[in-house]
Amino acid sequence: MRAFEYTSPTTRQQAVELLAGSWDQSAVLAGGTDLLSLMKDDVVAPKRVVNIKDIRELHGVRFGPRGMQIGALTSLGELADHPLVRQHYPAFGDAVVEAASQQIRNMATLGGNICQRPRCWYFRSGFGLTPKTPEGKSLVEEGDNRYHAILGNDGAALFVSPSSIVPAMIAYGARIRIAGPKGAREVALEKFFVIPRTESEREHDLRPNEIVTDVFLPPPAAGRYAHYEVRQKESFDWPLVLAAVALQMNGNTVRSAKVVMGYVAPVPWVSEEAAQALVGKTVTEQTAQAAGEAAVSQAKPLSRNRYKVQLARVAVKRAILQAAQGKAEGGAA
Amino acid sequence: MKKNVRIVINGAEHRAEVEPRLLLVHFLREVAGLTGTHIGCETSLCGACTVLLDGMAVKSCTVLAVQADGRSITTIEGLAASENLHPIQEAFWEEHGLQCGYCTPGMILCAHDLLQQNASPSEQEIRDGIGGNLCRCTGYQHIVNAVKAASRKMNQRQRAAARAAD
Repeated sequence: MRAFEYTSPTTRQQAVELLAGSWDQSAVLAGGTDLLSLMKDDVVAPKRVVNIKDIRELHGVRFGPRGMQIGALTSLGELADHPLVRQHYPAFGDAVVEAASQQIRNMATLGGNICQRPRCWYFRSGFGLTPKTPEGKSLVEEGDNRYHAILGNDGAALFVSPSSIVPAMIAYGARIRIAGPKGAREVALEKFFVIPRTESEREHDLRPNEIVTDVFLPPPAAGRYAHYEVRQKESFDWPLVLAAVALQMNGNTVRSAKVVMGYVAPVPWVSEEAAQALVGKTVTEQTAQAAGEAAVSQAKPLSRNRYKVQLARVAVKRAILQAAQGKAEGGAA
Repeated sequence: MKKNVRIVINGAEHRAEVEPRLLLVHFLREVAGLTGTHIGCETSLCGACTVLLDGMAVKSCTVLAVQADGRSITTIEGLAASENLHPIQEAFWEEHGLQCGYCTPGMILCAHDLLQQNASPSEQEIRDGIGGNLCRCTGYQHIVNAVKAASRKMNQRQRAAARAAD
């Protein structure tokens, strides 16, 4: 790991002032579970590391009229153990517990989980977000793309969005607050993620001198929620595909639906097609199957990841059926 | 630019001037001289380097020593309060929860975190709890048996202590 200057501000104002306007100058350290890995591998080499863990106001879970407000530095362990989190936001709670082992949950923060960098092995080997051969061909298309994108892959970015918690948060309608030199701004989590077109862009809408400070999950409308992961092994692993689903019901029929897939695209993928396939229907094996089909209707697999189309179809179907069966039913807070 | 850190390890204070890039596991082994914490993968996958940071299990290869400044660490050397082994250590011995021993300090400290939160975990809860620790020898069954045995021992001793206090 390269040498760096280390600072530990205690207010968000000080933290923002210590951050530079370019990515290579400074980095934000929270739990460190992703940043330290990137620094060990020399994928990033910031000159200054700003440890924000001592900013007390960014810790903890509060309930209020806006629903649940989570300080970005709240650890995944605290969230997993919080009785009200699992009671009111069960699909989110499931996603948090499934995200990592105990040791990682104890260090990793929710803000860090949102801002973690892609796991694409070309990116992690220093080839960037849009890796290319010297001749300008896509390394991913030419190479080993078994875990890469099947949707949203028209451009040069073919990695998949790395968080296994974000899709469930989007299903609950999460928003995040960001602090920067000009004050605070708020965005829908769904809009925070963007597909970079060139190497100078990032996979999210965060500037080098900004910090994600809070996450808001709105009071859960009386709906049905589920989170379903497909993984290669039972113990902790990156999912191959996941689906998070929110269903608002009108009696037995679906009034509105949100279907979010993870690990299929460079961003968390919200499927309007799958939602449309459900609206006005009762949830049965057939309608869930049809929604799964709709979710992958636009999929364009790469040379080695056609299997992910089938996994995504099934993940969406099973998440819908689980939600309808009330495996993870949200109550009004 | 070096930083002064003060880290309490197994109850003893250690002060040192360190480079910010120094990992906690290297601080424990090389600065504090406590080599019971093993370095395995150095990528936070294997769990061999697990220690307790303010009582919580963490992978010390993915924590900077400066992140532990002002905090307290328990390593395998400090788990037993006296000359006797800790009940988890006894249980690993009795149930053959180790072969080569490389993963053992991390397994034991991870089991400690689990048993602090859940004094009587089910087999599945034990398997989930040690999901961040790899063992290449045992096939895990004897480790799971050892954590179960440790749970029984700790619960029995707690009941005995409660009776003695009555």
